[in-house]
Amino acid sequence: MNLITDQYKSIAQWAMDIALKNGCSSSRVSLTVANNNSFEYRNSQLDKLHQSSENKLYIELYVDGRYGTLSTNRLEKSELEPFIKNGIASTRFLAPDLCRQLPDMARCYKSDNDEDLDLFDATFFDYSVDQKLELAKATVEEIYGTDERIVSVVSSYDDGCGAEYMVASNGFEGEIQDTAFSLTSEVALKTAGDARPESYWYDSKLYWSDLEKEGISKRAFKRALQKLGQTKIRSGKYNLILDNTVSMKLLSPLISAMYGSAIQQKSTFLLDRLGDKIVSDRLTVTDNPHLKRSFGSRWYDGEGVATKDQVLIDKGVLNTYFIDTYNALKLNVLPTIASPSIIKLEHGTRNHTQLLELMHHGIWVTGFNGGNTNSTTGDFSFGIEGFWVENGIATTPISEMNITGNILDLWNNLVEVGNDPLSLNASRQIPSLLFENVSFSGL
Amino acid sequence: MIEFSDDVNIHTVLTHFRVTAEDLQKVLHEALSKGGDYADLYFEHTINSSISLRDGEVNRTSSNIDYGVGVRVVVGEQTGYAYVENTALSDMLRAARTAAGIAHTPKQSNPVNITETHFPNYYKVSKSWEDVSVNEKKSFIERLNARIFEMDPRVIKATVSLNHSTSYILFFNSEGILSWDYRPMAIMYGGCTMEQDGKIENGFASRAYRKGFDFLNDDLIETLARESVSQTALMFDAVKPKGGEMPVVMGAGGSGILLHEAIGHAFEADFNRKNVSIFSDSLGKSICNSNINVVDDGTIEFARGAINFDDEGIESQKTYIVRNGVLESYLHDRISANYYGVKPTGNGRRQSFRHVPMPRMRVTYMESGNMTNEEMIASVKQGVYVDNFSNGQVQIGAGDFTFYVKTGYLIENGKLTQPIKDINIIGNGPKALADIMMVGNNLKIDESSWTCGKDGQSVPVGQGLPSVLVSKLTVGGE
Repeated sequence: MNLITDQYKSIAQWAMDIALKNGCSSSRVSLTVANNNSFEYRNSQLDKLHQSSENKLYIELYVDGRYGTLSTNRLEKSELEPFIKNGIASTRFLAPDLCRQLPDMARCYKSDNDEDLDLFDATFFDYSVDQKLELAKATVEEIYGTDERIVSVVSSYDDGCGAEYMVASNGFEGEIQDTAFSLTSEVALKTAGDARPESYWYDSKLYWSDLEKEGISKRAFKRALQKLGQTKIRSGKYNLILDNTVSMKLLSPLISAMYGSAIQQKSTFLLDRLGDKIVSDRLTVTDNPHLKRSFGSRWYDGEGVATKDQVLIDKGVLNTYFIDTYNALKLNVLPTIASPSIIKLEHGTRNHTQLLELMHHGIWVTGFNGGNTNSTTGDFSFGIEGFWVENGIATTPISEMNITGNILDLWNNLVEVGNDPLSLNASRQIPSLLFENVSFSGL
Repeated sequence: MIEFSDDVNIHTVLTHFRVTAEDLQKVLHEALSKGGDYADLYFEHTINSSISLRDGEVNRTSSNIDYGVGVRVVVGEQTGYAYVENTALSDMLRAARTAAGIAHTPKQSNPVNITETHFPNYYKVSKSWEDVSVNEKKSFIERLNARIFEMDPRVIKATVSLNHSTSYILFFNSEGILSWDYRPMAIMYGGCTMEQDGKIENGFASRAYRKGFDFLNDDLIETLARESVSQTALMFDAVKPKGGEMPVVMGAGGSGILLHEAIGHAFEADFNRKNVSIFSDSLGKSICNSNINVVDDGTIEFARGAINFDDEGIESQKTYIVRNGVLESYLHDRISANYYGVKPTGNGRRQSFRHVPMPRMRVTYMESGNMTNEEMIASVKQGVYVDNFSNGQVQIGAGDFTFYVKTGYLIENGKLTQPIKDINIIGNGPKALADIMMVGNNLKIDESSWTCGKDGQSVPVGQGLPSVLVSKLTVGGE
């Protein structure tokens, strides 16, 4: 079934025509629709049910070399027409910015390639509310009441389907739709003292049949139990294993630093580093936009530009930036892609246990608590929790500590990449990672 | 554009949302058709605009309209919720039937009688943003850009943006309360990038108020330019401290992030009624030095966190959460107040009509004590002084909280010495509160654009603090 009906398409096309007739030299319009359901159980009863359906129109106006955007969830033509005309009038007050252009159609995705990326589960509407409620309830009941230390179990079943139709005056037309199902559990414990250590687990899939429907609460409970007795240890430089559940946290600053707008604004630590060896040759990062049945899979980016497989960082060498049409013209370089789709790290050969053995002594970081990165310098500092590892075995749970350093120094100290990305259908597939010589602050 | 001010009558408000009083009664009746202890309707029409400068030119504008109504049904602690993006009666009734699905004891009820309810207005607008053209706003943006460049020859880039929004709110509930509100919000950002000896740093400053066009003035421009340039310049000389546990003097103002993260969230009553907060057993108990008073206040005129009434129709108020060192009150929504058998505190807030309300902070601050900033710094042999932050976070159950320091100073032998930057500080809420050794006489409410995130919802908040000395926190460093 198509969530984007002909009526929706005609509204988007009509909005683009109104923009063009009233002074725009070009325009791009996106119309999105979404349906979402959420059912939350807490302990022995249903706590929250939440259902919604919505739509939104996003219009980009290119007016005499000037640029403005509009968005609204009011799709009646009688309201849209004055909204668009007012938007055009406001845009005329701006300074011209001749770099604001639609991409060359030669770079855009052509819809004659309609191979299915398997993002939409056609059975989405087949499941009853009772089935979903039962799933959330059963997830709580996996563990609630089984251990006196448990003070709260909250489980949530969520699903949604959504679609986007995009049309532009350069001739681009594209449509994408997907579904998503998730099951989450949060468990809080109480032993001695006032603290209530908590943890969570979840699964999220594009297809109902792929969703893990058992064991979610058991896993959350196990993770919460592991936090009992957390303490902090002496400050110092230690080796670090980054758990595959949180390994994206330290890759993200590297990816963010590759965006054209940061390059153009000189606010990235990767300025003028294209082609340089910036990090350890253990690190190879790729973008894989066409993986079937995977979150983030797509034929084109937010501008309609066709996506393709590419190596972002090749054995430590910075291979590309993410340069959209605007920033390419501002920087006078060739455009690439506006943003990556599905990021993967080239795997090593060791599993998590083997990584612990290789590290021998150090800290296995399993969670972050706040912190940030200075995008201009790469300096970072994050709160962490995890385990002290001795002779390759996790011994003491730790918390209330920080790691601090510089992102490029950290990735230069990458020693080994694991073989255990958490999911093979996530938009970020990053295994466990071993770094050496990282500054931890604690006692 | 009309303003939903005191002199606007109910008919104007209903017309704005294209509904009648009878429509509201019918939808509420449907919402309670399967039972339920309580129901409410939350209508919202928000118009948001932004205009920004990059590379010396005001060259981007955007506008957004969001419109819809949320229907909520409450049974004890259970909630059913649905929303629609228009106010046609048939669609509102459909949402009401969905929300009613939380209840299972059908009963006959009479239509709820309407009682117009008016509250004090803490953000009266003299000139609405809808009456201001892009051209009128543009000159302020250009002036801020020019002032940033004038202040320091090392500036190589500046970015400036102005965001403003106006929300029209209509609220009706099963107690018959019908109220409306006109909520303005304005935020201005000034950012600069500077280069010195091949090194590049950047920083920014922001201010946010519930104000109309009078938000923009010369003082605002000067303050933002000075703050963004001075913060950025400071970073060239900054170092990272040696990490570990040490005394921390938190400078007045933005250090209110300590309260927000260390105790504010953990005092939100939903976490406590669910027994997952580290403070769940602490009500009425002494939790810190007896000279400490902490307040959450929605009544500060024009403050970013001010509200005339919360998103459940409860009048805004100033709520003491810690008085004389004792945990006096949690921050309540209707569900938690009912659970604890107390009056709601006006903290039931939501991001928009798409969301259920829950306990949220407004403007959270500590009242002044009697020490001076200098006395506190002088008392520290080796530690840090921090007063400029970007973000924070907390684990409600474990109590561990963090905040990220953009800039501050080392304290060595009772004196501020070298600047520091980009470090995370981590502590544990109850311990940090008990470790506040001195409270300054210089309370300052920070007026930056703080936004609080919880359960996927963002709401505007404020925070403030006099200078305080915390005897021990874990400071990030190398």
